[in-house]
Amino acid sequence: MTHEQPKIVVEHLNLHYGHKQALKDISLSVSSNRVTALIGPSGCGKSSFIRTLNRMNDLIDSARIEGSVMIDGHDIYGNSTDVIALRKKVGMIFQKSNPFPKSIYENVAFGPRINGITEKAALDEIVQRSLKRSALWEEVKDDLTKSALTLSGGQQQRLCIARALAVDPDVLLMDEPASALDPISTAKIEELIHELKQNYTIVIVTHNMQQAARVSDSTAFFYMGELVEFSETKILFTHPHKKQTVDYITGRFG
Amino acid sequence: MQTSASSVESRESSTLTPPRLDTIVVALAGFSAVLIVAIVLFILSDITLGGMERLTWEFLSAEPRHGMTEGGIFPAIFGTFLLVIIMSVAGVPVGTVTAIYLAEYAREGSLVAKLIRFAVKTLAGVPAIVFGLFGLGFFIQFVGTGMDQALSGGETLKWGQPNILWASLTMALLTLPVVIVSVEESLKAVPREIREASFALGATRWQTIWRVILPNSLTGILTGGILAVSRGAGEVAPILFTGAAYFLPHLPTSLSDQFMELGYHIYIMATQSVDVEATKPLQYSTTLVLLLLTFALNFSAIFLRYRVRMRLQAS
Repeated sequence: MTHEQPKIVVEHLNLHYGHKQALKDISLSVSSNRVTALIGPSGCGKSSFIRTLNRMNDLIDSARIEGSVMIDGHDIYGNSTDVIALRKKVGMIFQKSNPFPKSIYENVAFGPRINGITEKAALDEIVQRSLKRSALWEEVKDDLTKSALTLSGGQQQRLCIARALAVDPDVLLMDEPASALDPISTAKIEELIHELKQNYTIVIVTHNMQQAARVSDSTAFFYMGELVEFSETKILFTHPHKKQTVDYITGRFG
Repeated sequence: MQTSASSVESRESSTLTPPRLDTIVVALAGFSAVLIVAIVLFILSDITLGGMERLTWEFLSAEPRHGMTEGGIFPAIFGTFLLVIIMSVAGVPVGTVTAIYLAEYAREGSLVAKLIRFAVKTLAGVPAIVFGLFGLGFFIQFVGTGMDQALSGGETLKWGQPNILWASLTMALLTLPVVIVSVEESLKAVPREIREASFALGATRWQTIWRVILPNSLTGILTGGILAVSRGAGEVAPILFTGAAYFLPHLPTSLSDQFMELGYHIYIMATQSVDVEATKPLQYSTTLVLLLLTFALNFSAIFLRYRVRMRLQAS
């Protein structure tokens, strides 16, 4: 039962952008080494929610947070929290793949470098390990000096995953990581998520319910900034409790 | 145009109907365009024809002789280069840092940011001659005299007089708004996605600026520098009181030396020479050199930007 120990505990979380409330009293907990999917129609708050977990909303001047988010028992909005350290522990993959306009190698080495690793051998080792974990190594091992922008969309997204893994996080946040990809690339990313959950706690936002059903262990359904239902994925998709959930997963809206 | 005009006439309209107004606007616009091109061509051909004859290697490499009616303009070319180099070294870093503050650190709408933006806009609108007076009052009489007091108790006059350092710093102030505006634009053009990527990896704001944003806006910083240089190379008023010399037999060898400058040299030849008529061919050639220099700077800027852009795309 050790893997059932909650990694992330969110309690009574409210998020405002100026006068607009984006999240209303969200409480949920995420277990270690499991994949938790966040589903819901556009604008339901799922992306806003995932961005509270690594404090990316800090970059938005008008964002205001109430409530608490505990990761490994520490309140990440507490006064003693080091946001920089938090973001190293909680990696993020974005909807649109966003490699730096640098070489493949430099993209992956970026995180280690900002952590002060300069030794070539150590960097080489991290780059290789990260690219292997993101299942990109075989495709790029011969031209690591090539610009990351020359890779295909799916490869770029796996490069971004490798880049996130290179700083050795515990948690990976994925904000619709496959929404801009073709079916084959999407399948590769999903396969990768399966493998990564051995070592990482994964929270994934998706608007694709089949994807949520395929990759996740638990699913949370968001609607209009509220958490409507949160349970084991199997249960949520077969025996949803709330009417809104039934309507959404049967395609009656959204 | 022909048909619309005739259709208007056929309706015998007494007022300006939209189609006829349109015809007039098109004609005016065409006329203005032709006029502008014609003026530029006239100036360029007049200067080229008048200046080509005396534009020899000797003219570029020798110093003025016989009350500037003979010889060359090498000291003025040298002085102009030195001026824009010192100006860039002083102005571009300050402008870049200001732009970084405005684009990356200042909260939008904060009082400090508003104040800086107001100052930059005001600075951009101040007449060049006022910068010259400011340079005289601040750099020479306040800073320079203060330095002389501190260094020699006011015994020797070294820094409290016009020189290339004060002229360059005055020029740097004049070109600061150009640098700030163009660098800030280029910093803001760096996509939000790659900033977020950097922050999400645990990079600090400074690491993000240094490793992601600045490398991606290098072209903008270069452009800012070059725009400042071509603006500075063409201004005379700021250096009138702060360092430009009428005639110097030597090249400047120290920051406390005065210098000759192309624009000022043209002015001097045209107004202060013992025989203005005799200097006319030289005026033409000097103007041609100044124009070529400005063009060369602009083209090298374009080329540099192209090279950097290619390198960024390739790497």
